[in-house]
Amino acid sequence: MKKIGVFVCWCGSNIAATVDVKAVVEACKKEPNVVFAEDYQYICSEIGQNKMADAIRDYKLDGVVICSCSPRMHEATFRKTAEKAGLNPYMIEVANIREQCSWIHKDIEEGTEKAIVLARTAIAKVLLNAPLQAGESKVTKRALVIGGGIAGIQSALDIADAGFEVDIVEKKPSIGGKMSQLDKTFPTLDCSACILTPKMVDVSAHEKINIFAYSEVEAVSGFVGNFTAKIRQKARYVDTAKCTGCRACMEKCPSKKSLNEFNAGLDTRPAIYIPFAQAVPNKATIDPNACIKLKTGKCGICSKVCTAGAIDYEQKDQIIEREYGAIVVATGYNIINLDKFNELGYSDCKDVITSLEFERLTNAAGPTKGHLICPSDGREPKKIVFVQCVGSRGLRPCDKQYCSKICCMYTAKHAMLLREKHPETEVYVFYIDVRTPGKNYDEFYRRAVEQYGVHYIKGQVGKVIEKDGHLEVQASDLLADEQLHIDADLVVLAAAIEADDTARKIGTMLTASMDTNDFFTEAHAKLKPVESPTAGIFLSGMCQGPKDIPDTVAQAGAAAVKVIGLLSKDTLKCNACVASPNENMCNGCSLCATVCPYGAITYVDKEFRIPGGVQVRRVSQVNEAICQGCGACTVACMSGAMDLKGFTNKEIMAEVESICK
Amino acid sequence: MQVENKTFKPTIVAFCCNWCSYAGADLAGSARLSYPAEVKIIRIPCSCRLNPMFILKAFQRGADGVILCGCHPGDCHYTTGNYYARRRMTTLFSMLNYLGIEKERTRVEWVSAAEGAKFSAVMNDFVATITALGENKKLEDLRCKK
Repeated sequence: MKKIGVFVCWCGSNIAATVDVKAVVEACKKEPNVVFAEDYQYICSEIGQNKMADAIRDYKLDGVVICSCSPRMHEATFRKTAEKAGLNPYMIEVANIREQCSWIHKDIEEGTEKAIVLARTAIAKVLLNAPLQAGESKVTKRALVIGGGIAGIQSALDIADAGFEVDIVEKKPSIGGKMSQLDKTFPTLDCSACILTPKMVDVSAHEKINIFAYSEVEAVSGFVGNFTAKIRQKARYVDTAKCTGCRACMEKCPSKKSLNEFNAGLDTRPAIYIPFAQAVPNKATIDPNACIKLKTGKCGICSKVCTAGAIDYEQKDQIIEREYGAIVVATGYNIINLDKFNELGYSDCKDVITSLEFERLTNAAGPTKGHLICPSDGREPKKIVFVQCVGSRGLRPCDKQYCSKICCMYTAKHAMLLREKHPETEVYVFYIDVRTPGKNYDEFYRRAVEQYGVHYIKGQVGKVIEKDGHLEVQASDLLADEQLHIDADLVVLAAAIEADDTARKIGTMLTASMDTNDFFTEAHAKLKPVESPTAGIFLSGMCQGPKDIPDTVAQAGAAAVKVIGLLSKDTLKCNACVASPNENMCNGCSLCATVCPYGAITYVDKEFRIPGGVQVRRVSQVNEAICQGCGACTVACMSGAMDLKGFTNKEIMAEVESICK
Repeated sequence: MQVENKTFKPTIVAFCCNWCSYAGADLAGSARLSYPAEVKIIRIPCSCRLNPMFILKAFQRGADGVILCGCHPGDCHYTTGNYYARRRMTTLFSMLNYLGIEKERTRVEWVSAAEGAKFSAVMNDFVATITALGENKKLEDLRCKK
């Protein structure tokens, strides 16, 4: 008789609050084959693990059921403990009584009843489990970094410095991301380009780093240690090997009316362009939507002026397939579309701008060479109103519920810089709360208020309307309890931050979890902040949630360390739950081989003893190193010869029966 | 005649693929998005591991509804598994008609690892559908019940 032990975890009050753990233990004790059942506050703790190991040894257990959190959380932990205690790690089953029971049910009776059924189901399964041995798979010693902003750059540099190859895939023509658009950075006020561009140069000069700029990841397959990614290198219509970045083409291009994305659409750029002076790679790109030659076939001026002969109108997108051991997601962020914030006049009034536009307007390399003007008529603004939390911390459908985290600080920076450059300008900041956690952040904000005389007003702006060439800002001052009407020249909106629009596509491709705001979720909010729950996927920067540059760089480094840890291994343990054919039942029809997505199934002729002689039959064979254990073959098999270890027909049926009891 | 006061609580088996839907169910849990306790989840590696026979057996054992959740088409962790699942389930649906079982008692839903809210919504809806349909007696094998 198999001997089964059951552990029921309290998970503090996470489980114990809605599940009567003692009742679950008592119910389990009544199940056949259960020789031991106990509850404990935290089974994942060292004491809990020791208790488990002791029970396995003392009771000579053949199988263990742990009723706890999701197996996605601690199955690996429990398996390790079992192995140490001399029990095959696959003789462990986890009944998920936290995520799929205590956390979603409020009624104790209901929760306990369900927990008992789940425990019983796991017991039924573990009774049929067989000891399994995992094979090993090789680790491809190269990392893929998706996104070339400061997060991606930092992760790539750290991984490459450890000696591993890194590919950066960036959808825009140059790496650099949002940080390259910023003017100064808080709280030190050092120039953003001065600290970023050296890093960009390091990336392009690093022998271990490959940059795939103007490229997108199209598909990812495989698993930790063995990913294969398809990268679409979009046609630049410029041979990057020949282009010297001289910009002669940009000067002569007759189609100069495209909005300049780099300057947040505040000016225009030619159809052939290099996004900014320090672009990496410093190569031209033709915008096919604006190029006269590509649209009508007539023009070709750039190709005439290019002395390097780099222009190639026939260039096509290229698909590159590369293998990786680990993937870092660094897809970054965008500011929200303000079309739905009509009351603030963003779409109607030219002098209502976003903070990113403001950033470009004050940047020495920006469209006005750093000379701050009102976009409507070019006059110098005398009175400027900053509005915080536009779309952040709101409850309307167009709002984001979260705090965008960086707006308080960059607004203080904007206000301070303005007062420094133009002391005659009046600056108002409307805020809900000023949030300045971070080293030297609150000191910075206080300087803006106390030294630079920025008027901070607690209250929300209700409306911005255009009146005789001025903007009337209607707002409330909550502390003075009065309505304010301020005549402003310029209104700057601190628009909320949202995940980049490609994030969901990439998350789906990687089967990585995301939250409802399209930010990637971490494997554990506190203890695994840079890992995705999907093995081999790591998170860097804003793709995981709003954060400022120091936090982004710290997280990027942390993600890099995790990647280095993974890539420094030569092999990883494979999945032990692989398909296995029963040769006595197999009739060699090869249906299983046709459905196998990995080509893991082959055929051999084998001798079988039959009464009165030997028979040679064709039977299927599974390559356990290639099989990923999806189970497609098990259902395709007509004779029922194919089964999946760890998820056998019998095991699943036992679970079904147990639930329906 | 005795009037049954007890409200009908259906028995529902949910097969969830390990990579998307099971993670989606976990996410529903972490976000405390509740759904009825009648739903009991069985973890399978991929939706293609689900033999339609398991569903029939579940009905035979007294399940009132069986739902299969997998990755969205095109997003299968094993590339093509959910396409097989979709075909097999389509075949099963026509067979259920033949057997006289309301085909609403089985359902296929694609729930990604990010769709905790969808998982909870789907389960709430499915349980409501099954509760409205009432007990499944067509295929129940009474020999299996004590």
